[in-house]
Amino acid sequence: MSGTDCFHCGTPCDAEEVHFDGKSFCCNGCKTVYEIFQSHDLSYYYELEGAPGNSPSALQGKYDFLDDPLIAERLLEFQDGSHHVITFNIPHIHCSSCIWILENLSRLNPGVYSSQVDFPRKEARVHFNPEKISLKALVGLLNAIGYEPSITLEQYDKKQQKTDRKLLYQLGVAGFAFGNIMFLSFPEYFESGEFWLEQYKGLFRWIVFTFSLPVVFYSGSGYLVSAYKGLRSGMLNIDVPIALGILVLFLRSTVEIVFDLGQGFFDSLTGLVFFLLLGKFFQQRTYSFLSFERDYRSYFPIAVTRLEEEGREQDIPVYQVEQGDRLLIRSGSLIPADAILLKGTGEIDYSFVTGEARPVTKKSGDRLYAGGKQLRGGIEVEVLKPVSQSYLTELWSDAAFSKGSKTAFRNLTDRIGKRFTLGVLTVAFSAAAFWLWKEPSLALNVLTAVLIIACPCAIALAAPFTLGNLLRIFGKKGFYVKDAESLERMALVDTAIFDKTGTITTTRKNSIRYTGIELTEQEAVVLKNTLRASGHPLSQALYRELAPYNIVPLDAFEEHLGEGLEGRAADQEVRVGSSRFVRGTAPVEDEGSEVHFSANDTYKGRFVIQNSYREGSRKLFEQLADAYSLAVLSGDNESERASLEELLPPLTPMYFNQKPMEKLEFVRQLQREGKDVLMVGDGLNDAGALAQSQVGIAVSEDANLFTPACDAILDSRQFSKLALFLRTTKKAMKIIYMSFAFSLLYNLVGLYFAVTGQLEPVIAAILMPLSSISIVAFTTAATNWIGRKIE
Amino acid sequence: MSVIYMLLAISISVALIFFVAFVISVRKGQYDDSYTPSVRILFEDELREELPKKEPETKEYNQLDKPF
Repeated sequence: MSGTDCFHCGTPCDAEEVHFDGKSFCCNGCKTVYEIFQSHDLSYYYELEGAPGNSPSALQGKYDFLDDPLIAERLLEFQDGSHHVITFNIPHIHCSSCIWILENLSRLNPGVYSSQVDFPRKEARVHFNPEKISLKALVGLLNAIGYEPSITLEQYDKKQQKTDRKLLYQLGVAGFAFGNIMFLSFPEYFESGEFWLEQYKGLFRWIVFTFSLPVVFYSGSGYLVSAYKGLRSGMLNIDVPIALGILVLFLRSTVEIVFDLGQGFFDSLTGLVFFLLLGKFFQQRTYSFLSFERDYRSYFPIAVTRLEEEGREQDIPVYQVEQGDRLLIRSGSLIPADAILLKGTGEIDYSFVTGEARPVTKKSGDRLYAGGKQLRGGIEVEVLKPVSQSYLTELWSDAAFSKGSKTAFRNLTDRIGKRFTLGVLTVAFSAAAFWLWKEPSLALNVLTAVLIIACPCAIALAAPFTLGNLLRIFGKKGFYVKDAESLERMALVDTAIFDKTGTITTTRKNSIRYTGIELTEQEAVVLKNTLRASGHPLSQALYRELAPYNIVPLDAFEEHLGEGLEGRAADQEVRVGSSRFVRGTAPVEDEGSEVHFSANDTYKGRFVIQNSYREGSRKLFEQLADAYSLAVLSGDNESERASLEELLPPLTPMYFNQKPMEKLEFVRQLQREGKDVLMVGDGLNDAGALAQSQVGIAVSEDANLFTPACDAILDSRQFSKLALFLRTTKKAMKIIYMSFAFSLLYNLVGLYFAVTGQLEPVIAAILMPLSSISIVAFTTAATNWIGRKIE
Repeated sequence: MSVIYMLLAISISVALIFFVAFVISVRKGQYDDSYTPSVRILFEDELREELPKKEPETKEYNQLDKPF
């Protein structure tokens, strides 16, 4: 009885529904997890969120390599006799139930001491006793409850990084000092010549001085060092006026209190540093559960099975694979190195590596490339080249990955900073020169006052707050951008290039057309059941598309790998598969994805499974065509040219059968012509082009899955909104320009006071925070406003 | 008015104590993940009277409200 959803994972139960304890489950796996939870008194899991679970996957020796102590050692964070600590990346963490169950692992197995979840990173840190539960068993336990960790080569290679908390400390020190200095400055603000104040003035001033020391030399050190480095290499970035402001503020204030000339500007100094650091902190927003840095290592497994003499199997780390080694590649596993197929039939899915949409059938003697996934059935292969020399990894040694085109980018703030510094210095020295002539005693006062009040802080804050807020807004809408500079580059691109397979097309939905004689009900039933018995992606796609029928056990079933299926039930016999298998004739032209079908030896017709293009693609391309030149680069064959021509504006260049290096070269060529390129792709075969372009966007069906190194990850469901996102970045740049204009206004007001020699500490103390806060408020409100338009 | 020395000393000391507390909490990693604790406090501590635990010494680690 279909119509109910699985109690554990929420997917609709079809005819395979399992009943247990008064609830329905979609499969035995889900029911088993429920049982485990129930018997350990952990049913609270289901009370926090509805259907939070996941069906466990079949392991079949997948984690045997964890028994090797050398491999385990590299993965563990800490080991000490009976206390081991490891941090797992668990993609399925997505709700509070997940947090709860993973923090209660100790109730499932006494070998676990404790565990803690870091939700934004989707990680779980587990403390366990290796004498009671081995690492492999721990992973098995996690998988058994539906939380299989992702253990890839990337984690194996990763060095332990200490989390960088420096900014937090600097911010804390600056805030602490700023608040206290403000309080301690109050008496002198409101000074009315009272006797007691004159007595204790020195005390307050020197306490304030002491508080400001760590702010200048610790919290502000970043700006001072950066300005110094910039000047040394001949660049005037925004940190130069900031450092100048800090130093002049500090020096003038110290001189003032030493010679009893005044109160000094320590409050403005610490306030300045505090707001600047706040801007930096706000801009640092990252999506810690996503990685924008993935290379092939997070796609590859850590260990593979090598076949030794006498058929013995040995799990070895993937780096130890040598030329001539014989490997066993299991069903669903990746081929780690270029190799020759020895035994078995290869059904290789290269879609990630080359972009070919259909799996390729290979037989003994054929050459296989690293990165392909063997779909069904185990195969034996002989390695031709070690992992680091495979066709794929050579792509990564290309210079594109040292990010040449992106590091050269000078962001807007730095460019404006240069002009600002020159302007301020000009005003300062001309004003000082004027007063030197008119009233020399005021000259130094005016010089330093100008340098103090000409606050670059509004300029330095405008971009971080605008772009930082935009990062947050985009993230909420499914567009995860790596950093603020990527947003700035996005506003400047003029050319957009798209990959086809997986980017513009989706494998989740298929459009299937049937041409031929209509099927009778009995034929349809047998066909559906025959398809169900096969694990081939085409069979499964077809199975899902046909109307539901009852499950009928087949009398006979045979699967000819790479050819087709034969099934018989009642008295109906059905053949499904390639043209050659079903009717004995070779296919007429490039088959695309055609599945032929015959019943009782009479040819009935064929199903054509076409690429399903993402919803809203045509409109997206129309919207983009206004502002950008478009192009499509596909690793697949030309069969989709006609459909693409329908979708895209006329005369859009389209290239097929593109290898990864060819895509990269295409982008380079455009850049040599002076274009700013945006590349949208999804697989390893796009990695080169994504890195080389000014902006690389990876489209992702499921953020848990692998995406190649890029500047932004776009959730596939938001694909049609890409034009809106790009337009919003342009609007954001306008907001930044407007903030610069505001800050200019503030500076003019402040400069009036400074140039006329009337700059009191209290005026500076009011103007600076006022300008900073109003810029922050304006940019935040404005970006929220433009962000609301994306719907 | 010389009481002001003592007042300043006390208030600055108190402020410093809070600052030290801040530094300690950052070092312990409490600011690394500012999202998960907000979910964690909403978990209910269940009453576990009926089922006696087989290994009482591990129970300590089951307390959900103990930050790590």
